[in-house]
Amino acid sequence: MIAFLAAVLLLLPFRPASAQAADTAAAAPAEELDPKSLVLGHLGDSYWWHIGTFGGREVSLYLPVIVRSSADGGGWHFFSSCHLAEGASWEGFSIAPEGKYEGKIVEALPDGTMVRPFDLSMTKTVAALLLNSVIALVVILIPARWYRRHQGVKEHPKGFTAFMEMAVEILQDDLIKPCVGENWKRFSPYLLTVFFFILINNFMSLIPFFPGGVNVTGNITVTFVLALASFLVINIFGGRAYWRDIFWPEVPAWLKVPVPIIPVIEFVGIFTKPFALMIRLFANMVGGHAAIICLICVIFVTAGMGVAVNGPMTVVSLLFAVFMNALEVLVAFLQAYVFTMLSGVFIGLAQEGKIEKSKK
Amino acid sequence: MGLLQPEPGLLIWMTLAFAVVFILLARFGFPVIQKSVERRREYIDSSLAAADEARKKLEDLQQEMEAVRRDAEKQKSEILRSAVQTREQLIAEARRKAGEEGENIIAAAKAAARLESDAIIRDARHQVALLSIAVSEKLLRERFSDPQAQTALAERLLEEVDPDKDEKRKK
Repeated sequence: MIAFLAAVLLLLPFRPASAQAADTAAAAPAEELDPKSLVLGHLGDSYWWHIGTFGGREVSLYLPVIVRSSADGGGWHFFSSCHLAEGASWEGFSIAPEGKYEGKIVEALPDGTMVRPFDLSMTKTVAALLLNSVIALVVILIPARWYRRHQGVKEHPKGFTAFMEMAVEILQDDLIKPCVGENWKRFSPYLLTVFFFILINNFMSLIPFFPGGVNVTGNITVTFVLALASFLVINIFGGRAYWRDIFWPEVPAWLKVPVPIIPVIEFVGIFTKPFALMIRLFANMVGGHAAIICLICVIFVTAGMGVAVNGPMTVVSLLFAVFMNALEVLVAFLQAYVFTMLSGVFIGLAQEGKIEKSKK
Repeated sequence: MGLLQPEPGLLIWMTLAFAVVFILLARFGFPVIQKSVERRREYIDSSLAAADEARKKLEDLQQEMEAVRRDAEKQKSEILRSAVQTREQLIAEARRKAGEEGENIIAAAKAAARLESDAIIRDARHQVALLSIAVSEKLLRERFSDPQAQTALAERLLEEVDPDKDEKRKK
């Protein structure tokens, strides 16, 4: 793990600088740099995956657009997003330049109003999400294949498989077992999946060039689904004692009989726990990405102020960007760890009643 | 703010992606690794236990061997001691027997000597008796060459033989 982290630490910090530099250097002379739109553009979604600008040419990966028309008939439309580039319109669909649906596909209805169709497009975030999912599958299933082929107990894996085994073992022994408690084996696959899913998405988002660099776990929808999954696991497998503690906790009777103060608080708590999981991961990743891009933008914002200002500022912002990237690598790991740990703790708390009951 | 607004399309994609990843990993990924690791752990634990047991057995065996050796040594010394004892006993016995034999011989010799001496004495007595008879014969012969003396003696002897006279004399 340490070696891997060290490798990432060494590789990463310099790349966003150069990549972003190439990206914005081409744009800077043509128009005034707008850091806000740049940052939000990175944090948000888009219908194509901008790879870079090479020799004045924008290179983007155009992704499929899948929309269901809101107009009468309501058929499905499936086309490449390159037809929508530069504000073009295709089959009545276009990307809203401003307003409520800014940056999203809108459909022009026959009466002239613009509505949002049901949009199942494979956006940049979706593409990165799928790619990262495939990476997660490969990273786990390749070591698993080794185990399926080597059934003997006298063999032990080497290289990557050994590394993954160590990672899985550490997570199980030091994180899942103590957090979940007695029933840990049942929830271990879920928690490990969550950990590796978040970790891979976090790391990939820190790689500043093409296959990475997409802010996946900094998207509220993604973290919402993850938190929802934890919410479902916590409450579906919760024991009777868990539910009794929520609706009839062991507190003085006046706290629950005429006005159920504590039950209400406890009931709200069911939702605040996963909500906190969702917001924590989202905010950490968004914050880190925003900070790095802002620091890089400092170079281009100060470009017009002359060499005396721009030179030192470039050095300072680069140093800070290196620092932020290193910090983000830590945060990427930490957030995956924390999400898994808290999910495990909440699952364990919901399980506790079961164990106590069986002991009685 | 757009960032905080969940997108329904992305929601569906994310749910799908996460569900697929979870199902595949929970089915074919982690349990396989976990089971294998557990099996290996069990194997290592059992191997360690077996090694421990073997070591203990070896120690026991060594102790047993030591005990056997000590026992043999004890037996050896016992045998030596008993041999010494037997030897001494034999010697003592031999001595005692020799003593007894000697005493017997001496006793026999003594008895023989006594018999001999008795015989000698008896013989001597006999000789002495014969001699005294011869002497007294000679003496008597010498004495009784005188007929007066002979008659006197004969008278006295007769006196001695006559019991009545004797009794009268007593009265």
